[in-house]
Amino acid sequence: MANKHVLETKNVAKRFPGVLANDQISMYLNEGEILAILGENGAGKTTLLNIIYGLYDQDEGEIFINGEKTTINNSHDAINQGIGMVHQHFMLVPVFSVTENIILGSEVSEAGILDLNKARRKILELTDAYGLEVNPDAIVEDLPVGVQQRVEILKALFRKARILILDEPTAVLTPQEIEELFWVMRELKSKGVSIIFITHKLKEVMEIADRIMVMRRGKVVGETRPSETNKNELANMMVGREVLLRVEKELAQPEEPVFEINDLVIHKSEGRNSVDHVSLTVRAGEILGIAGVQGNGQTELVEAITGLRPVDGGTILLDGKKMPTENPRALTENGMAHIPEDRQKHGLVLSYPLTDNLILCSYYKSPFVKGLTRNNDAIEAYSEKLIEDFDIRTPSPFIPASNLSGGNQQKLIVARELSRDVKILIANQPTRGLDVGSIEYIHRTLIEMRDRGVGILLVSAELDEIMSLSDRIAVIYEGEIVATLDAKDATREELGLLMAGSKKERSIEAEV
Amino acid sequence: MPDENINKPGAFFWLKQLWLSVRVPLAAVMLALLVGALILLISDINPLDAYAALFKGAFGNEKYLQRTLEKATPLIFSGLAVSFAFKAGLFNIGAQGQLLMGALTSATIGFMVTGLPPLIHIPLALFGGALVGALYGAIPGALKTFTGAHEVITTIMLNYIAINITDYLADGPLKDNSPGNIVARTPRIADSAVIPTPQTSLTVGILIVLIVMILASIVFFAILKKINFKIKNRILLFFLRLALVIGLGVGVGLLLKIILPGFYTQPVGFLPYEAIPIPIGFLIAVAMSGVVWFLLMRTSFGFEIRTVGLNQHAAKYAGIRVRLMIVLAMVISGFLAGMGGSVETQGIVYRYQPGFNVGLGFDGITIALLGRNHPLGVIPAALLVGAMKAGSNVMQFEAGVPSEIIDVIQALMLFFVAADVIVRWVIGAKEKSEAEQIKLTTGWGNQ
Amino acid sequence: MNFITHLRTKKLLVPLSLGLIGLIVVIVSFINNPQSTQAVLGSTIRQSTPIILGALCGIMCERAGVVNIGIEGQMLLSAFIGFMANVWTGNLFISVLAGMATGALLGLLLAFMSVTLKLDQIIGGTVINILALGLTGYFYTAGLTTAGKIQPLTLGFLAKIPLVGPILFRNPPITYTAIILVFVLQFVLFKTTWGLRTRAVGEHPRAADTLGINVFTTRYINVILGGAIAGLAGAFLTLEAVGSFERAMTNGRGFVALAVMIFGKWTPLGAWGAALLFGFANAMQTQFQFMGTFNIPHQFIGMLPYLLTIIVLAGFGGRARPPAADGSPYEKE
Repeated sequence: MANKHVLETKNVAKRFPGVLANDQISMYLNEGEILAILGENGAGKTTLLNIIYGLYDQDEGEIFINGEKTTINNSHDAINQGIGMVHQHFMLVPVFSVTENIILGSEVSEAGILDLNKARRKILELTDAYGLEVNPDAIVEDLPVGVQQRVEILKALFRKARILILDEPTAVLTPQEIEELFWVMRELKSKGVSIIFITHKLKEVMEIADRIMVMRRGKVVGETRPSETNKNELANMMVGREVLLRVEKELAQPEEPVFEINDLVIHKSEGRNSVDHVSLTVRAGEILGIAGVQGNGQTELVEAITGLRPVDGGTILLDGKKMPTENPRALTENGMAHIPEDRQKHGLVLSYPLTDNLILCSYYKSPFVKGLTRNNDAIEAYSEKLIEDFDIRTPSPFIPASNLSGGNQQKLIVARELSRDVKILIANQPTRGLDVGSIEYIHRTLIEMRDRGVGILLVSAELDEIMSLSDRIAVIYEGEIVATLDAKDATREELGLLMAGSKKERSIEAEV
Repeated sequence: MPDENINKPGAFFWLKQLWLSVRVPLAAVMLALLVGALILLISDINPLDAYAALFKGAFGNEKYLQRTLEKATPLIFSGLAVSFAFKAGLFNIGAQGQLLMGALTSATIGFMVTGLPPLIHIPLALFGGALVGALYGAIPGALKTFTGAHEVITTIMLNYIAINITDYLADGPLKDNSPGNIVARTPRIADSAVIPTPQTSLTVGILIVLIVMILASIVFFAILKKINFKIKNRILLFFLRLALVIGLGVGVGLLLKIILPGFYTQPVGFLPYEAIPIPIGFLIAVAMSGVVWFLLMRTSFGFEIRTVGLNQHAAKYAGIRVRLMIVLAMVISGFLAGMGGSVETQGIVYRYQPGFNVGLGFDGITIALLGRNHPLGVIPAALLVGAMKAGSNVMQFEAGVPSEIIDVIQALMLFFVAADVIVRWVIGAKEKSEAEQIKLTTGWGNQ
Repeated sequence: MNFITHLRTKKLLVPLSLGLIGLIVVIVSFINNPQSTQAVLGSTIRQSTPIILGALCGIMCERAGVVNIGIEGQMLLSAFIGFMANVWTGNLFISVLAGMATGALLGLLLAFMSVTLKLDQIIGGTVINILALGLTGYFYTAGLTTAGKIQPLTLGFLAKIPLVGPILFRNPPITYTAIILVFVLQFVLFKTTWGLRTRAVGEHPRAADTLGINVFTTRYINVILGGAIAGLAGAFLTLEAVGSFERAMTNGRGFVALAVMIFGKWTPLGAWGAALLFGFANAMQTQFQFMGTFNIPHQFIGMLPYLLTIIVLAGFGGRARPPAADGSPYEKE
């Protein structure tokens, strides 16, 4: 294959208020090659690709397609140039069918009237050609995530894309689905499609990429091939220093059970359950990790056990006491702390100052309240203490929480939750969207809490995080706990299979 | 390490915040008056004459001033009702219906109950009306909480229903059947239920005492802050401060009386008033503003309401009972509107007569937004709109301008306040400062 | 699949059954008392016309993602302008167009506020309502007369069919237009490219954006066209129904239209059914007053449509699912 650059950028720069997202990026993509762009959250990868796809305008620099300088002002232009993009958060209309989603904007029509039959035929031609099985009449919101991703790829192929951009495609897939995706990518490659693939996962990069480009803080800091490097080197390039890929910790010393979920059921519609008779026990001084691909009931489970969602069956016991449902206050008063999955939705009120956010769950208790009125002095003093203890980077305790970076917002939540009397901590995706420094901090904090006797229920979509932090691992699939293993016995392959639904072959069950 | 200077907001910080909050509504009002002037020009009327007549009709003499204050009073209540609901993320356009129900109730208690001393009769009618308003406000609150019905439509529907109910009652069971009356209205309320409007002569002496009190309080609080004088109990501290300020005022007043005997009989020369009417209803309204401010900003309950308004999910997470808060917010909102009706009945009209104060619901929205949804900001906004309404009679009489131009100007004010982006561009202000965020509602769906 | 199951999947079973029962009731009543039945049914069509037009406006706006509570104001100002145009020109056709243009202009204003300025859409609608009230109050002088109102068009022999004939086929043009528009919009919304793109913009504007669809233009056009339809409703009131203008004559119809839209699940056909229901309630109200059947004070009967609106909302408001992006301004990041 000749080294023909199908896509090239020269000195592309993009600035947002306060941050230089892309700093003189010069890169190229060869025909029929898979280029992986590696970098941690905030490195600027998505920005660059949004520029290529026309969603942003670059402040400086030029783009070349097949050697010719091109201006791409909107996604229309990008599509015309043969560029297709699969976003990290799918751009699918949930209530539309697969066909409607695929043809949207490039409709198969006669004088403005849709011809869905013809569209359907064309789509089936494509699915046959590329081996992407999908039902054209299915409604997208009913489809599993892996299939939705296929629809996204079909959208690009329908528009005759020759350059395909995939933004963090594996974030929502099981290990098996990731393998399937890689198979599709190789298939596309053999048909001459060039692929750019963004990720922060080292293992995937080593497996599938032809070339690797590493970005850090808006710049390209390195370019290499899998044959010429290894994971540690890549990690160092991504972060700029030595990175601990595994958390150091001692053996756990678990004691009595502190939190029990018994036979929990949450209905979905039409007779299915999103949480299907789940039973779990967490002991004081241990971390129980729940592994599973997003969308298998974890969100509903966590919302139920933290009182944010009604329960249709089963009980929750905290320290042996039965807890009322849908009552977050009862839970916090009895020693539960919750780091929510979506910190801006549940965990913070962005327009409140840090002070109000730091007492969000205890505002009604003394000393924050004196008789009828709030005690602003006590609130302030408490806030200052927490800011210092947890090293939250802020010029003042009175600025609104929206001004903090993601990492500091998470620190705020951690500070608030862990400064109470905690017996059980529910940590849901605690490091999502954070930079490496913050991730290390959260991991350290979790181990510390565990060693102090707190029971921790950790839910994460990052299998590596679960494996390195947990003492025991439970796997959730379609609302059921399909297995519970000791962490030291669990392998990635086995967990991957369980996460994808295949039952365990050997029966391994940890003592509960 | 937090910077000491930014740490504790001082007096200048608050003044600057005040200016930042005020400049946009102020500019919006100016722009609206400007556009209003253009409309007048199109109608072949000299805007300067019109506005001069308007101003005269609002502040020209004691009678006009009284009318301005009286018009402003229900507006304050309506604005409080709407802005309180806004704080909880709710759009209460039903202030009018709630006010009507309150007014009718107050009138009924006023004429049906006899033989009570004013000290009991007045609050009875006042709170009776407020309670009925609260109940009427509970209806859309409950509907929203339990069925998801959006309060914009339900409150508007309830407005129409309230008009029908009150019309019926005023023309039927509660009608004034005294000889010579055919109009649909209730009998006049008993004298013991009337809210009086005492007059005080505004003399130089009183003016000086007032100024001294204001200055003294500012200086006093600044000193307290400096020396970090701490008393543990907040309520005790508040009353102590209040007592000191009033004491200082009274002290200076007595001192002046002793030193300069003739001081209190000299009227203030430059003002056209000899005696200022003080509608007590207006004072009640101002007091309620203070109560609402205190409730919202200084109590846990207020914190809960505000949190629900800003982020329902986080509120739930914080253990707040969101559904209860929504209903309570509407109840309090209705209470305030209902009280507005009571005050109007007992202080101005002295009976219930259908057809009074149409369009109050929308007025409340304008006032709430002009006042930036702040309980204290509602007062100047209401005075402004009240002045315009009061002055419109004179404007119509002397400059021949149909008083509906006020409605147009009001709509324009609402537009400019809501479209603050335009206003910002005009006055060259940059992005929203934190002081200016108002979170409102979006769409129909469950949030 | 047998017929019943087929109907159930298309979710038509309940409405069709209700319609069938209604039909039987109507026929029985016609046999008993032809005059009243005819009057009530005719009134139903008349009363439902502005409401369905208002609902269609609401559907166009909300399907594209813009909440429009200013329909009341649009109707009112259009009614007024249409009336004034008739006074000045005496030409009914031009007057109707003037009304529609007014509605479209206010739609442009709403679009500007919601899409470009990204204001809270409920405030935007409120501004339009207050503006309409103020402007019509200010500029209206009582006692103006016009050349008259639009006369019904008889559709030939069809009008002679007993019962159905005079009701359906002897109506003035705007009434016909309203019914035609229901079917036209149903088709356009669900079977054309334009409809697909509009719905996409209302459900997931960012997805539409990434596929090259201009979210802002789509919203603008839909809101303006919707405004023209609301303008038609206003023109109907002064030029076809009443023949003159009165302050605040819309009387809440714009809000009833919103309830109808929600009840009809944001579809033109569904809204039409709901509008007919409301029209029927209004017609019955007038009939009861006329016949003096029950000894209920007229104010209570007057409350009927508003109560019905609340009941409908309470029953359906929470469960109905608006377009997902309804009410949120679109930010191109």
